[in-house]
Amino acid sequence: MSQFLSDVRHLARSFPPCTHVLNACADRYHFAVGLAAALTSGRVSLLPSSQAPEMLRQLCAFAPHVLCLSDEPAADSGLPRMSYPREQLAASADPAPALAACRPPEVDEAQLVGFVFTSGSTGTPLPHPKTFGRLIACVREQARRLSLTGTARWALLATVPPQHMYGFEASVLLPLASGHALCAERPFYPADIAAALERLPRPRALITTPVHLRALLGSGVALPPADLVLCSTAPLSQQLAAESERRFDARLLEIYGSTETGQIAIRRPTATPEWRLWPGVSLEVEGEATWARGGHIEQPTRLQDLLERTGADRFLLHGRVADLVNIAGKRSSLAYLNHQLNSIPGVEDGAFFHVEDSSAPHTGIARVAACVVAPSLGAERLLAALRERIDAVFLPRPLVFVARLPRNDTGKLPLSTLRSLAARAKPAAMA
Amino acid sequence: MSDQVASLRQPPATADAETLTAEVAGLIVQALNLEVAPDEIAPDRPLYGDGLGLDSIDILEIALVVSKHYGVQLRADSEENGRIFGSLRQLVEYIAAHRTK
Repeated sequence: MSQFLSDVRHLARSFPPCTHVLNACADRYHFAVGLAAALTSGRVSLLPSSQAPEMLRQLCAFAPHVLCLSDEPAADSGLPRMSYPREQLAASADPAPALAACRPPEVDEAQLVGFVFTSGSTGTPLPHPKTFGRLIACVREQARRLSLTGTARWALLATVPPQHMYGFEASVLLPLASGHALCAERPFYPADIAAALERLPRPRALITTPVHLRALLGSGVALPPADLVLCSTAPLSQQLAAESERRFDARLLEIYGSTETGQIAIRRPTATPEWRLWPGVSLEVEGEATWARGGHIEQPTRLQDLLERTGADRFLLHGRVADLVNIAGKRSSLAYLNHQLNSIPGVEDGAFFHVEDSSAPHTGIARVAACVVAPSLGAERLLAALRERIDAVFLPRPLVFVARLPRNDTGKLPLSTLRSLAARAKPAAMA
Repeated sequence: MSDQVASLRQPPATADAETLTAEVAGLIVQALNLEVAPDEIAPDRPLYGDGLGLDSIDILEIALVVSKHYGVQLRADSEENGRIFGSLRQLVEYIAAHRTK
């Protein structure tokens, strides 16, 4: 802990003049030091969901005096950049710090910690402010809900990035606010995740997603016992939840939330399909829309899922609203993707669509497809242009070139027609 | 005799590598629901980013398929890892060297 505070103090002093810090650190410890250094020096952190060039350009417009803090060599983004000063911090560590230096700095509850971003429908990312008091109240409640409030010190291992709202809360803020151990690494392959978990002292928790759980269970890797598995980003099937509990010999708890609201509900899927809300959070249904407000939520937020209230603090989840795209926890909207597609020079018309029904069970890896009219562009050039604008997980699969989009009399695009175009576009070898 | 000459001209290892390459390409296309035919994947182009355009979810999916079919567990901390997804050819070479089934 004194090492952490020392690193935070030194990093805060070595920031060049800037008002905002885009924290792109991949190592979770570096990320946490960067976050705390920005916070204690009155700077605002930016946590974009993607680092696509267009996103970075937009962030620059949002915060002209932004500094990008990163711990990996990255392509030149045009932003002022600072490498995480690993060596300098190691050299400056005080082996026997004075007691005063061990006291964490005090932060005002109302202080702005940072902004997270969602894709708006107009092409400009929407910033969502996060203030210190609300973030901390939210993860302290999480510690209670996960039964991490006893005397045991847990080790928390995560397969999700610290910049994603779920990873930010569960793998960075939760350990910092409740005295548990944060694991710096982010293991990727099933064998890496199993080995990293095995190395940790118990009790230990794995913070992960349906995508990783599916790979872990299917890979044939021997899984060490965990004491808790936490899952979020997309609904987990009952079957995958039960198998995860059996193979990890652990409780599996599932988190529901959004970038805008943070986590707002939890359930144990093997025990009940009902979600329980965080205290103070309420849901209001207005026609097809559900709004969440109260508790730690900064601003009333329209949720991108279809919910059914079953009690004052309970609900069932029935799928996503049609416009939402959620691939492995990265969210966008068809409107945003369409805007980006149609902004590319040479694209005359184009539309993204879901290949699978929203009600079908999924593990969060169902892709989106697109039909496009762009006679002067080849697939390769169009995909390269899209890659500049949107996160790679949203690249259309398949991308179908057509002479014109199959619009009906009212100008709408029937989903069934789009899907049959996508199905026909597949090469014969795959039929 | 003529069989022997043929096998000298084309060592079995190469034939095996070609078969394995076609097989792995087929598995990738099938698992990821790609729009290309397996033989359209250029063996020396990167699988990530601008080449075939795969992302990390795809790589996890390939790792799963490779573990199921060949008993090979990919590791990020192995020295070869940076190269494994450098191209289809390198992935196939890694599988050939480490397969257990």
